[in-house]
Amino acid sequence: MDIPYTVKDRPDTGLYNGKLGIWLFLASEVMLFGGLFSAYVFLRTGAESWPTGADILNVPLATLNTLFLITSSVTMVMSWASLKLKEFDKFKLYAGLTLLLAASFLVVKYFEYTAKFHHGLFPSTNSFLGIYFTLTGLHVLHIIGGMIVIFFFWMPGAKMWESDPDRFTNRIEIVGLYWHFVDLVWIFLFPVLYLL
Amino acid sequence: MSTDHHKESIWTKYIFSTDHKIIGLQYGITSLVWLLVGFILMMIMRYQLAYPGNPVPIVGNLLGEGGIIAPEMYNSLGAMHGTIMIFLGVVPLAFGAFGNYFLPLQIGTIDMAFPKLNAASYWMYFVGSIVMIVGFFVPGGAANSGWTSYPPLSVTATMGQTVWLLGMVFLITSSLLGSINILVTVIQLRAKGMTWMRLPIFVWTQFITAFLLLLAFPPLEAASVLQLMDRLVGTSFFMPSGLVVSGVVQNYTGGGSPLLWQHLFWFLAHPEVYVLILPAFGIITEVIANNTRKPIWGYKAMVYAMVFLGFMSFIVWAHHMYITGMGTSIGAFFQTTTMIISIPSVVILTTLFLSLWGGSIRFNTPMLFALGFIPMFGIGGLTGLPLGLAAADIHLHDTYYVIGHFHYVVAPGTIFALFAGIYYWFPKITGKRTNETLGKLHFFFSFIFMNGVFMPMFVQGLAGVSRRLWDGGEIYAHAADVLYLNEVMSISAWLLGLAQIFFIVNMIISLRGKKTGETNPWGATTIDWTDTTSPPLGHGNFETVPTVYRGPYEYSVPGADKDFTPQSEKG
Amino acid sequence: MADLTPEEIKHHVKTYVIVFVALAFLTVVTVAISYLDLGVGASVVLALGVASVKGALVASYFMHLIDEKITIYWTLLITAAMFLILMLLPLGNMLAQTKI
Repeated sequence: MDIPYTVKDRPDTGLYNGKLGIWLFLASEVMLFGGLFSAYVFLRTGAESWPTGADILNVPLATLNTLFLITSSVTMVMSWASLKLKEFDKFKLYAGLTLLLAASFLVVKYFEYTAKFHHGLFPSTNSFLGIYFTLTGLHVLHIIGGMIVIFFFWMPGAKMWESDPDRFTNRIEIVGLYWHFVDLVWIFLFPVLYLL
Repeated sequence: MSTDHHKESIWTKYIFSTDHKIIGLQYGITSLVWLLVGFILMMIMRYQLAYPGNPVPIVGNLLGEGGIIAPEMYNSLGAMHGTIMIFLGVVPLAFGAFGNYFLPLQIGTIDMAFPKLNAASYWMYFVGSIVMIVGFFVPGGAANSGWTSYPPLSVTATMGQTVWLLGMVFLITSSLLGSINILVTVIQLRAKGMTWMRLPIFVWTQFITAFLLLLAFPPLEAASVLQLMDRLVGTSFFMPSGLVVSGVVQNYTGGGSPLLWQHLFWFLAHPEVYVLILPAFGIITEVIANNTRKPIWGYKAMVYAMVFLGFMSFIVWAHHMYITGMGTSIGAFFQTTTMIISIPSVVILTTLFLSLWGGSIRFNTPMLFALGFIPMFGIGGLTGLPLGLAAADIHLHDTYYVIGHFHYVVAPGTIFALFAGIYYWFPKITGKRTNETLGKLHFFFSFIFMNGVFMPMFVQGLAGVSRRLWDGGEIYAHAADVLYLNEVMSISAWLLGLAQIFFIVNMIISLRGKKTGETNPWGATTIDWTDTTSPPLGHGNFETVPTVYRGPYEYSVPGADKDFTPQSEKG
Repeated sequence: MADLTPEEIKHHVKTYVIVFVALAFLTVVTVAISYLDLGVGASVVLALGVASVKGALVASYFMHLIDEKITIYWTLLITAAMFLILMLLPLGNMLAQTKI
């Protein structure tokens, strides 16, 4: 006996298990980042003074990073679409591009962080930097986590395409949903931290 | 998830099993051990409260100079007692053990939606619990800033607090994975005919609990990250400017807010208390329906009340913060929502109580615990009302009254329900029966001594005795008249501990007893009882997955030949 | 999602490209706005507004929310309510704090 609805949709809900699972996980992630955003709002509103993001942070670099992530979201959904069209090579290409763009994001972040440290700006320096490093740091951890999973499906896990293509396609859809969420968080992080 | 019948090693069959029943048992055994550990910590604390200044026997030398518990050690015991009982004991037992084992059986499916994730949740819990205990062995001892870990105290505390925070990260992750599993399982894997309004109340409670855990825990995880940053990296999320401790100006950047921690903490911790009680409501409902041989009165009312309770639980949290100087308007808001949330609790308790009317009541051990639950939870709930009203709370906040209130709901409340569940489902898990005499002794003595421990706390609280006092209030004049109650409570606590021996012995001898061959000795209607062997089959639970034709509590249906009509019976 | 035809997928792909262009454009817009001196209130509203539009595009099209099932909508609705509570109530608490 196999667990039902791992690949096929359950008729009354129209969902397969993994899709519901990942959306529930994303709901919890909304609350996780929400907790940090709530802390940001609380601290900023209660603060006597608060710096403008652009005065301390590098807006052009972050804009570039935003474009990297948005593009990686496109390549991620294209990798799924390629599988739906049974074009495995295109999947590999797009998934690889996604990883490349994600890595580029991390490289930019590395330069951003080290530049801050070089100028003596640390999380402990003030509340703004504290919440900046924490929010972007947690986001970076999520990017790394996503990259590990995408890499797994890009390389060793790709053999599931041979044995169970529909299930593999669903897994890529699920990973994609996670990845888009990570992009979504950045879409809010960027203006809040850098532009306001 | 295929069922290849290759040989399973002890690792795959038991230790890293993905079978929900084994995982349920893992959660069950681990959590019962932690409940005992948490209880022992409290028995030690209660010695000092009864006899302050006297060395604690046996373990005294581990606790402080001359065998007397030092204040910091007392605080460690207290903080860890709370943490262990809630996060390592009650929730893993109520949700991880009972939920995992019985939910798939009650909805008619072969396992949870994500079996490997399920195993991962258990092991995260296990690792998290070890991390928590490691706290006792680091320099400075375990966390000692209360299970509530309020800054600035927690940020300036010794290493044990960092260990606590790391442990919480593991436990929260475990909980999140478990919640996702329960939610997807209930939504996606219900058997044919198992509509939402035919679900046993036990399943509803697990479902709502999972939602609470899913959405309420992450802000605490965020807050834990922030507190770790404050402790390890020198940020000041929670550290106010100009903090002075014992005359020494603290070296923090400042600009932070201790209240921010309180908000993020209680955003979880209030729904958490409903996490503690909802599974208990579920278990009690099963036991009462079964042992009155009639349907639950007000099934729909109960479901709607629980769903409403779940939602409301997210907007009452600041009633834990009435005395932080909040303005009257916001205090009034939270007071109003708090009063409103008492309504569904009353509805639920009333439906349980009314369900007894006209029943053919069987006074077996699970039923005794269920019957005991009702008035005990009633006391717990009623004593919550003055706490929920801001004006009265000014007098009662942080006193023993609070401790009495919440222990009544969790100890002779939830824990009685969990015992009821263990005695009720023991025959299904093992195919054997427990000893009724030992069970009844366990119940009666536990009932008496639970009240002996917790009732005097209301008296002490009303007199103004604060909580978390290492000497039980000895040095305070206002506590003098009620100080004698400390000894009463401590003796009750130790006798309560002894009463658990009836349970432990019962478990041991019953496990070594013979299988009875009965699969449904209680004559229950739900498919966990009617369509499985005892214990249920290893791979897949059911010979044939049942179809459901009716509601969960069709007892004493007029015209039926038996006094119970199984959910899966046609016609 | 399990039974989309190749034509439908190709149509989706066109949509993805359009959304990508929109997102890139909105990114430029939001950065440009930040250089204008509009005062705190307007800046916050505009920044979050643009971010919300971008987020809605990602969610609706990349995450296929626009075709999603009601169970998912319910989950997100409840989550959104809890998120708003988490954002607004502690803030409300702080703003209403008794000033000593």
